[in-house]
Amino acid sequence: MPPPRRGGAVRADARHAGPSSDPAGAPVPAAATGAAASDLLLARVVREESARIVAALTASLGNLDLAEEAVADAVEEALREWRTRGIPPSPGGWLTQAARHNALDRMRRQKRYREKLALLAGAPSAGMAEIEERLPLLFGCCHPALSPDAQLALTLRAVVGLTTAQIARATLSTETAVQQRIVRAKRRIAETGIPLRIPEGAERAVRLDLVLTVVSVMYTSAHLVAGGDASADRDLADDALWLARVVADALPREAEAHGLLALLEFHRAREGARAVGGELVLLADQDRSRWDRQLVADARASLERAARLRHPGRWQLHAAIAACHADAQTSADTDWLQVLTLYDLLGARDPSPIVRLNRAVALAQVEGPEAALEEVDALASSLDGFHLWHAVRGRLLRDLGRTAEADLADSRAHELTANEAERRLLAARIAGEA
Amino acid sequence: MFTSMPEFDEAVPPERAQEVYAQIYQWFVDNNDKFADSGAELMPISTATTVKHSENGPVVVDGPFSEAKEVVGGFSVVDVPDLDAAIELTKTWPSLALPGVAVEIRPMVEDYSQFEQ
Repeated sequence: MPPPRRGGAVRADARHAGPSSDPAGAPVPAAATGAAASDLLLARVVREESARIVAALTASLGNLDLAEEAVADAVEEALREWRTRGIPPSPGGWLTQAARHNALDRMRRQKRYREKLALLAGAPSAGMAEIEERLPLLFGCCHPALSPDAQLALTLRAVVGLTTAQIARATLSTETAVQQRIVRAKRRIAETGIPLRIPEGAERAVRLDLVLTVVSVMYTSAHLVAGGDASADRDLADDALWLARVVADALPREAEAHGLLALLEFHRAREGARAVGGELVLLADQDRSRWDRQLVADARASLERAARLRHPGRWQLHAAIAACHADAQTSADTDWLQVLTLYDLLGARDPSPIVRLNRAVALAQVEGPEAALEEVDALASSLDGFHLWHAVRGRLLRDLGRTAEADLADSRAHELTANEAERRLLAARIAGEA
Repeated sequence: MFTSMPEFDEAVPPERAQEVYAQIYQWFVDNNDKFADSGAELMPISTATTVKHSENGPVVVDGPFSEAKEVVGGFSVVDVPDLDAAIELTKTWPSLALPGVAVEIRPMVEDYSQFEQ
């Protein structure tokens, strides 16, 4: 995973303190007006409760599509109602009731679900469902019979509770495309009989890896948004960190779940130093005193929990590499040989071009830029369309004194990225200012 | 539906094919309780005849209905609770040890309510 980055200051808990946006995607006024306050609360309630409500409704109805539509409608109603009438005493309960009401309404209109009305009427309050209820839904959304794009979109919708507009922005896609992707994915779940259940036995590790991949992509997506104005949108990185925690808490014996949580905590800890005044700061140049100490400590604790389970995996290796960076006082102090060794272990499990590109960066520190450039050039055919491949090449060529070629590589990276902060950094490098 | 690629099939030595056949018989015995219908193994693709749509009415042509590399070799009808159960059963299909073999899983249409009034 390329090191994530984002604009804006780090917030220890954006659920309570940070700026956010309303779940329907309309911009929130900067002033904490009544509307903004209710929107903020709604965003939090949606994240913490919607998956539970969807899961519980799905359990009683046996229909994810119906449950998810009912909850989505309830969120839109809440958006309007809470702005005008204020926040209800029990926001989660309000959403649950509204969703149940909507589901009943939809079922009344659908003759073939009539026999299930009795089931729903007698079901206990959905909002009381346990935390673990979110997991079967998450595993269903991340089923290998769904395409990776569909897995991400559906997870963001059904488990995290984002609106179509928010998902479109987060995945650099159009609302129409996201809407279609979600509709098709839900139809596929219903028609092919994808179960909403945590798999058992040997199958679990394979399926958990898909879940963790989706959570990781979610975190990375937060940094790909064009313009990179983090405060303008709901904080997807925060949502991903939250979801990683939910998974690790629910599956305490799964080492990789703790591994991914550790990785995201390490990355999140660095974010305050990654973007200063809207400008991107590379790892080597970061003011490490700006790293969030509490989050670094949390990350170490998560990694230790993973290690105690004695079941290594790629997420733990990623996290161990992040830990090497956290251990070093400065970039020069970094134990690059250990980083390189960890990348070798990682490459044995995950020989993807992205892992090899990251390994090359460590190799440059251990063996010098020439050896690294050779490695990087070998990846040309698979990574030519990836801006960071060109950026790494640019850096290595510059270190070798091949300035003209370096400028060319950085220009190519500049063309390929849509992120404004990244574009500025690359432009400065070409101009000889960085 | 069990599919394979003819060029791979031809490359399998007869004794190896025999070995897999024996495993396949055992597979059907072992999973007997999961079959709703025994299905059928089809004759090779060389025996295929296709009836196609044309403006002037159906036309009969020799050969398979598509130019796909993979050909359907047979099918079984299984009765399992969900896709995961179907995948679990499918993974044990002995022919999957041979290159080019694939098994396609498809649910059967059971809900004809849209035709009911």
